[in-house]
Amino acid sequence: MAEEEDDIVLSELNDEDLVLQMHDDLYDGMKDEILEGVNILLGRGWQPYDVLTKALVEGMRIVGIDFRDGILFVPEVLLAANAMKGGMGILRPLLAETGAPRLGKMVIGTVKGDIHDIGKNLVTMMMEGAGFEVMDIGINNPAENYIEGAKEFDADIVGMSALLTTTMPYMKVVIDTMVEMGIREDYVILVGGAPLNEEFGKAIGADAYCRDAAVAVETAKEMMAARKHNQVVT
Amino acid sequence: MSNALETLLTERSWVLADGATGTNLFNLGLQAGEAPELWNFDEVDKIKMLYQGAVDAGSDLFLTNSFGGNASRLKLHNLETRVHEVNKVAAEIGREIADTSARTVIVAGSMGPTGEIMGAAGTLSHESAVEMFEEQAHGLIDGGADVLWVETISAPEEFAAAAEAIGNTGAPWCGTMSFDTAGRTMMGVTSKDMVALIDTLDHRPVAFGANCGVGASDLLRTVLGMNEATRPIIAKGNAGIPKYVDGHIHYDGTPDLMADYAVMARNAGATIIGGCCGTKPEHLRAMRSALENLPKGDPPSHHDIQARLGVFSSSTDGTEPEIAGAVRERRGRRGRRGTK
Repeated sequence: MAEEEDDIVLSELNDEDLVLQMHDDLYDGMKDEILEGVNILLGRGWQPYDVLTKALVEGMRIVGIDFRDGILFVPEVLLAANAMKGGMGILRPLLAETGAPRLGKMVIGTVKGDIHDIGKNLVTMMMEGAGFEVMDIGINNPAENYIEGAKEFDADIVGMSALLTTTMPYMKVVIDTMVEMGIREDYVILVGGAPLNEEFGKAIGADAYCRDAAVAVETAKEMMAARKHNQVVT
Repeated sequence: MSNALETLLTERSWVLADGATGTNLFNLGLQAGEAPELWNFDEVDKIKMLYQGAVDAGSDLFLTNSFGGNASRLKLHNLETRVHEVNKVAAEIGREIADTSARTVIVAGSMGPTGEIMGAAGTLSHESAVEMFEEQAHGLIDGGADVLWVETISAPEEFAAAAEAIGNTGAPWCGTMSFDTAGRTMMGVTSKDMVALIDTLDHRPVAFGANCGVGASDLLRTVLGMNEATRPIIAKGNAGIPKYVDGHIHYDGTPDLMADYAVMARNAGATIIGGCCGTKPEHLRAMRSALENLPKGDPPSHHDIQARLGVFSSSTDGTEPEIAGAVRERRGRRGRRGTK
């Protein structure tokens, strides 16, 4: 195949240009190029944590903004998240070895009675794209799955999803159970799903309703920052 | 297969479709997590009540209880080997109800999404999707459906796959998408995109439009966006917005509001008008009465719609010229890489 005139050789770019190119490649969902970029930066002696935050998380932040603003839609975001996931595959073991700071951990699942998972999967990918660790407990989850999952995974955040108006009230059951057990305040609770709204989130005692996956990421970041701040103060 | 819908559309200037299936079944006792399609076998009387409720309230057309009747959805209930049977029975019960009515009532075989993602980012191939839809279509046709009714679709690829599958059977069909994300579908399709999509299909629907989504007002904005369509438009909006009251969910749209919505939908250009989630027989009765007693008027403005039915969920719906072309500006000094 003929080389295009403007074809770029990643290894010939300086660090700054390579990182910017990786943001564009993430935006375009180019997984192979992301894998190559990650390996080049690591080969140049970059810390895995810096590759994660400066190249991948920053790139996904731009994707998130355009998703929120209605410029990108689910198909493009899925491709970007898939490219990100490829890069994370290389970085995850290295991050564990180097003891990099952790952004936060989330347990996520669709509530009991509900078998829909596209929205939940999207949030999972965007959260991972933002550098969170996510345990996906799947669909049709009773309260104990969330509670046991959160404990086992040492989660900071519990995320609940529902697509049906008949299943969304179950979110309150999960939260009420956590209150009874005295563990409600151990977690940030985020809820989402097509029929939900902010009023509903408040009514059931969640920390926040997240309109879409991009908002979920932003909210999770804010809440984690607030939590850390509170922990320092108290 | 009869083409009763096309005949009806030549006789009438508007057709009243039905209301909700899912939320009405829940009101009849369906439990969250249960497959509604199983009620075609286990609770036949309640499915008859559902269909009869719409007919008695004045619907000229109702959808069968087969929304999740494709192999991908039925698999979640370990019913994927019973696709044909599930759909055939759903249509047969519908046929029985329609045939006992004194006036013409159309049985529309409901076909919902697969729940899987297609296209470059997805796991479901075009061939598999066509195969699944075709299998479901055959069941509905064999059960006596007058027309197939593809609904709540988000992805253009999935809509096209359903069109191809139905084309293979030769049956007439209608298709609606759900515009629930700032006026677009989850996959980014605008009302105008859908009009353009219809023209690319080999086997085109008798009518097309929008169902479900956010509230009645958003849905009418979508219908207005389809004004360049050359075939009948379908409007099936939700009865308001779901609200949480005393432990359960209640749609806040009153029969009066839905009557207003029906009249405005017709003024906006819709020919087949019905409800979606939260729409009960009492809403349909009010809609029928309003459509019969009020003359068709001018298309409502966005302002009128919001004043009467509630504010839109987003300030734009992706069809405004300045939005339609919005693309993030890329850094020009680095060209795009060749794709492999």
